[in-house]
Amino acid sequence: MNAMLLIIRRDLAASFRAGGALLPVAFFLLVATLFPFAVGPDAQLLARTGGGVLWVAALLAALLPVERVIAPDRDSGVLDQIALRGVSDEMLALAKMIAHWLGFGPPLMIATLPAAALLNLSGETLGRLEAGLAIGTPGLAALGVIISAITAGLRGAGALAGLLMLPLAVPLVIFGAGSLGEFGGGGLKLLAASSLLLVAIAPFAAGAAIRAGRE
Amino acid sequence: MSGIRFHDVGCIRGGRLLFEGLSFALTPGEAGLVTGPNGVGKSSLLRLAAGLLEPRAGVIARTDRVALADENAALDREATLGAALGFWAGFEGGDVARGLDAMGLAHLAAIPVRMLSTGQRKRATLARVIAGNAPIWLLDEPGNGLDADSLARLETAIAAHRAGGGIVLAASHQPLGMAGAILLDIKPFVPSAVEGRGGEDKPVSTTLDTNGYFDA
Repeated sequence: MNAMLLIIRRDLAASFRAGGALLPVAFFLLVATLFPFAVGPDAQLLARTGGGVLWVAALLAALLPVERVIAPDRDSGVLDQIALRGVSDEMLALAKMIAHWLGFGPPLMIATLPAAALLNLSGETLGRLEAGLAIGTPGLAALGVIISAITAGLRGAGALAGLLMLPLAVPLVIFGAGSLGEFGGGGLKLLAASSLLLVAIAPFAAGAAIRAGRE
Repeated sequence: MSGIRFHDVGCIRGGRLLFEGLSFALTPGEAGLVTGPNGVGKSSLLRLAAGLLEPRAGVIARTDRVALADENAALDREATLGAALGFWAGFEGGDVARGLDAMGLAHLAAIPVRMLSTGQRKRATLARVIAGNAPIWLLDEPGNGLDADSLARLETAIAAHRAGGGIVLAASHQPLGMAGAILLDIKPFVPSAVEGRGGEDKPVSTTLDTNGYFDA
């Protein structure tokens, strides 16, 4: 437990120190700014489509830090040293997932407030969007850690991570954006189910990938 | 018996058999010096000893925690040296100041790790091991990049560790002052056909004397 807290604290400090935690937020806000320029300033159209756009933006923003979750620590020997101290690869993956989520989940939820204003979203839609992000971003973090562990050490890992992660994130986007519509409650429940599944398998999948990548 | 013990260990890396039939044991206070030409499997032997690799054959028994200093410093580049070492001390206890002092790095504690020179980073890697409480040290080419003064400091630290009942297993192709160290030459355990006479005078299946190691 102590080891997990140490790893989480270190990862968080590293992501905020390098300014890396700002990157997803800046990207997310940029998309929210660009979208009205692309489709025109029709307030009704923006209000209807804005929620879905923010979900796609959140997904792509979550993809940005994926390259840095596992690979740098693998290359610098940190993963080996953690293993030597009796921390299982699954525990390590769980700690990495929590730190990864804290690094982009809550910041994105805060950035959603100005983004919603830019897209003329109603208060009700904003509420559902925030609820959806609160439930869905842990799933995105889980997916990110799995993909990061699988692609660590490969050439072109960043591009490969995108190709692997986006298809797997489709359920989160469908149910997340779906929860904004007419039958929102059902969408939110399915989003929670997908997210829970990903969070549950991530420590084992990522842990196995880290172990397999050790040489 | 506490310590570390290899019994009839074989290692395959990247589909190639590096060595097999390797047996030795180190007990508290003892040191082993792994030698052999480049690529013979010295680093692999240390990773096997650390438990980071699984042996293809044989048994490796460790009764204590190990600390590994290999080519990777495993220190956060952006953090100060003191903080980066402190992260590892947080896991297992240990004394960062002891490690810094032993390697003559105390005055660099507030410097970010990325600013350290190659030799200083190697010293920091060794300071991480010295600062920790692990009874078994695994040192991969610890003398690389060290100046004469640092090398003397390293030898002093190794001697102090052994005097306190610690075990040191080092791989090095350059002389390393470890009094009474057990010499472990991997070459006789490399299957024949690999450059030179290695396999001929020591067939791969040969078992060693009862203790299972060479005495230097």
